[in-house]
Order: sequence, then structure tokens, then C-alpha cells
Amino acid sequence: MTMANTTASQTEAPVFYLKEEHHPQNGTMLGFWLYLMSDCLIFAILFATHGVLGRNYAAGPSPADLFDLELVAINTSMLLFSSITYGFAMLAMEKGSIKGTQMWLAITGLFGIAFVGLELYEFHHLWHIGATPMRSGFLSSFYTLVATHGLHVTFGIIWLVTLMVQVGKRGLVPENKRRLMCLSLFWHFLDVIWIGVFSVVYLLGVLG
Amino acid sequence: MSTHSHAHDDHHGHDHGDGASHGTFNSYLIGFILSVILTAIPFWLVMDGVLDSKVATAAWIMGLGVVQIVVHMVYFLHMNTKSEGGWNMLALIFTLVIVAIAIAGSLWVMYHLNTNMMPQMDHEMIRSFG
Repeated sequence: MTMANTTASQTEAPVFYLKEEHHPQNGTMLGFWLYLMSDCLIFAILFATHGVLGRNYAAGPSPADLFDLELVAINTSMLLFSSITYGFAMLAMEKGSIKGTQMWLAITGLFGIAFVGLELYEFHHLWHIGATPMRSGFLSSFYTLVATHGLHVTFGIIWLVTLMVQVGKRGLVPENKRRLMCLSLFWHFLDVIWIGVFSVVYLLGVLG
Repeated sequence: MSTHSHAHDDHHGHDHGDGASHGTFNSYLIGFILSVILTAIPFWLVMDGVLDSKVATAAWIMGLGVVQIVVHMVYFLHMNTKSEGGWNMLALIFTLVIVAIAIAGSLWVMYHLNTNMMPQMDHEMIRSFG
């Protein structure tokens, strides 16, 4: 059948081009990728801001005074675990297992909540000892960058719970699969951004 | 699987189910193990102060970070030159160029601005104090 189609499209040139243009998913995945790239630009600007302001302590605390790298390492592992468990959710989805997909999504969500929880704990601790965004240029850019990432993860968790409900109600229909694939890109993309955050903000910051 | 096959069984439907490439259990596991290693090394370098040179440590952190981003792109985001007819990769390359210009440009301009502004600011401060 594929052979027949190929020969048919080769004899009629316009049809050949039409078939190339026609794409499954109506371009949603490409569109979502473009959204992620624009999101990437937001983070790039926040990274650039932190790069410029990151050493302006205004006689206040420096990263070495503030950051607990063990906490950051635990936080990083939470996000890493959530990445592979989301991968398992996608594998369960491909097998057509509703229960499996929901279970792995739930585990992913718990890791995400743990990540946001640890980050809020860190912010609360910093705030408590007087390291507020108003304290110095370094802290302003630190909170803006890290909280923007944390906010993305929070919205990712809300999206994830929404999809768990939708998969429960309608099953693994094509629409839900497409949404799960979009969230997959979103979730793994946030992990990529976090690599930049822990490398540049925390590790390079503490290094001084 | 039968629910979506009607949409595009006319071309490459057998290849990858939904028009995008998926990972397998092994590819996710490989990606995860590589990520753990690539995360652990920079944390270890900084937390245990392994290298004497700060510049060398910073270079390792950035280098390993870039490698880990590539690992995530390949094993988790399933980036390749063929997905969405190459448009994914083209958008990514375009974004990377913009990101490089934005970050490197900001740091470059602001560093020189700082250097050029400093003496004058000192001078004004001295004057205002004197």
C-alpha cells in the first residue's frame, strides 16, 4: 500500500507536495516546540540579567553565604527522577495502559511537588535570614530567575493533574495523547532549564 | 493503537506512532544514568573543592552542563534532525543563536560599561565626600 501511494504521488507532482505539507497532529507539536523556544528566550534574558547582576552583592550576603548545595542537589535529583518517571508515563501511554499512565503521572507529580516544596522552603529560609529580593542586585536576579522556573514547574503540575483527570475520563484518545506529548516536552524542557540554573546560579555562585 | 492509525497510515504511520519519535525504556534509562553522572560530577567538584583552580572548576561545570543539556535533548526531548521535517531543529538552532547573542552580548556590553563607568563614579564619590 505504501508502495502504491509512493508511485502514485511520484506521477502527480502537485499531490506529492501536498502529501509533504500534510502532517499528523495538525502541527500542534511543532507549534508547542516553538512556544518552548520562545520560553527559552525568556529564560535566556533572565540568565543574562543574572550574569550581569549576579556579583552585585551591595555588601550583602554572597551565594557562598546563602546556598546549601546539599539541598540543591536533592532538589536537582527530584527533578531528574520526575523526568524519567514522566518518560515511563509516556511508555505506558504507548502501551495503551490508562492505569499505568496515571500511576507514573502521579509519581511525576509528587516529585514535582517535592521540588517546588523544597524550593519554597529554601526561599522561606532565605527570606527569614534577610536575603530578600530587595537586598541586592544579585538577590533580585536570583529570585526572578529561580522563581520563574519554579512557577513553570507549578503550572506543569497543575497541567499534569488536569491530564490525569482527562485521561481518567476519556481514556487514551488521540487528543489526550497529544496533550501528554506536549506536557512531556514542557516537563523535560524545564529540566533542561534547571541544568542551567544549578550550574550557573548555584554552583558557579558558590564557587565565587 | 487503532484509534489514531487512520489519521496518517498513508505515510510513515508504522515508523513512529504519533508522528513524533518516542523513547524506549532503554533510551530513558541511558539518558537518566548519564544525567545523574553529569549532575553528580559538578556538585562533587564544588562541594569537595576537588580542583585548586576556580577557573578550571568553572570550565568543568559549564562544559558538563552543556553535555547534560545535549543528553536531555536527545534522550528525553527526542530531538533529531528529522522530527517535524527538520523544523524543530531549525527553530532550536535559531533560538540558540539568539540566546548566545543575548547572553554573551549582555555580559560583554555590561562588563565594559561597568569598567568604563567605574573611575568616574569613584571620582564623583570622592568629590561628594570631600
